[in-house]
Amino acid sequence: MIEISHVNKWYGPTFQVLKDCTTSIAKGEVVVVCGPSGSGKSTLIKCVNALEPFQEGQIVLDGIKVNDPKTDLPKLRARVGMVFQHFELFPHLRIIDNLCLAQEKVLGRSHAEAMAKGEKLLKRVGLTVHANKYPAELSGGQQQRVAIARALAMDPIAMLFDEPTSALDPEMISEVLDVMVDLAREGMTMMVVTHEMGFARKVAHRVIFMDTGEIVEDAQKDDFFGSPRSERAQQFLSKILSH
Amino acid sequence: MKYNWNWHIFFEPSPNGTGNYLDMLLSGLVLTIETALLAWIIALVIGTIVGVMRTLPSKTASAIGFCYVEFFRNIPLLVQLFLWFFVLPELLPRSAGLWLKQMPNAPFWTASIGVGLFMSVRVAEQLRAGIGSLPRGQKMAATALGLTTTQAYRYVLLPIAFRVILPPLTSEFLSTIKNTSVAITIGLIELTGQARAMQEFSFQVFEAFTAATVLYLLINLVVVIGMRLLERQVAIPGYISGK
Repeated sequence: MIEISHVNKWYGPTFQVLKDCTTSIAKGEVVVVCGPSGSGKSTLIKCVNALEPFQEGQIVLDGIKVNDPKTDLPKLRARVGMVFQHFELFPHLRIIDNLCLAQEKVLGRSHAEAMAKGEKLLKRVGLTVHANKYPAELSGGQQQRVAIARALAMDPIAMLFDEPTSALDPEMISEVLDVMVDLAREGMTMMVVTHEMGFARKVAHRVIFMDTGEIVEDAQKDDFFGSPRSERAQQFLSKILSH
Repeated sequence: MKYNWNWHIFFEPSPNGTGNYLDMLLSGLVLTIETALLAWIIALVIGTIVGVMRTLPSKTASAIGFCYVEFFRNIPLLVQLFLWFFVLPELLPRSAGLWLKQMPNAPFWTASIGVGLFMSVRVAEQLRAGIGSLPRGQKMAATALGLTTTQAYRYVLLPIAFRVILPPLTSEFLSTIKNTSVAITIGLIELTGQARAMQEFSFQVFEAFTAATVLYLLINLVVVIGMRLLERQVAIPGYISGK
């Protein structure tokens, strides 16, 4: 589904943020990407739907090369859902309109169709009563659930999560993770940048560990948590799992 | 100083034979409003286009926007009006120049367009700042949903940015109205022009300019109140100025 091969990316002439990153995510697979701040994990996930350009290598999404100038990027992006750290709901639109906008403008669905889909998804994330509110009137956890619903409204073939719980109060993290766990159990293809190792343990198939722009470890979940091969991953795990 | 105050002067017949002095001032007021409205429409339309250009990733678009802004904001308004009114017709081919000079209402069109272009760079700069103030993730979220750049601006960035810059835009609208008074120098007999004419005919300089002052204050007050209402109308609950 997602093939990342030998991706190199530089900011400016000298600062390399991604170093020869290669991995792939199969249909229905849930892959967690973790690593310290500045390790390039957010940059890598943004390269997948070409929100960030990269200079070398290639990424193929469902058979379509992302970094091909001939690719219709808006069309391709519409098929991949993305959830951001800071939710990024559109503040001037009501919750339900946040869910309808791209359905209507990008997929060309009728307003009635989009509304029906939006209402169904709001029900699924338990926010039906807030349909007519504005994003700023919701808590962070609620906003992030709306953001997930907004992405799902496009019937994506895969979902990308860029630190979806990092900006949330501890109390709100679980309500967002619950939605994500459900999604994973339904067989959604997911690439998740997160530090939530509990989530990784529960639903991930594979864990990728990144450091200084490199994929240091790319292992099955049990292997990763059981006995990470690299010293760097061992250090990282011991630090975040010791509490 | 010996001065004969005569507040009844407004109701005395004016020498142009079409009514009294008050009618004269009011016809000037109407012309001021017409010129200002046309100029403001031009300023908003061109200002929006240029402001957006300056925020696009394209270096060419941004460079064109930069040149436009620096040209129109670094030449005094008075000089600009003279350029359009006196110099431009001479630079054009003879027939086109003649057509311009003989155009009915030439001062009106020149003033509206001249003031409009002068103000458009101010609108452009406000809008550029407004768009720049939005979180980068907003554009990313719109893009990730599959919206094209045009759609992202149309449905997401501009509706929010215009709300953010509404208060400074009020000031720009007021400046547009006040700047139309410069058009007296190219023969547009708007409010300031009529006040001066009244002074020349009646020698009642204080009454004439007191009336002009009051009328300017009144239209600007209407604009201020109107814009306040608009601000309240479009305020987003819980966001920025929303209450």
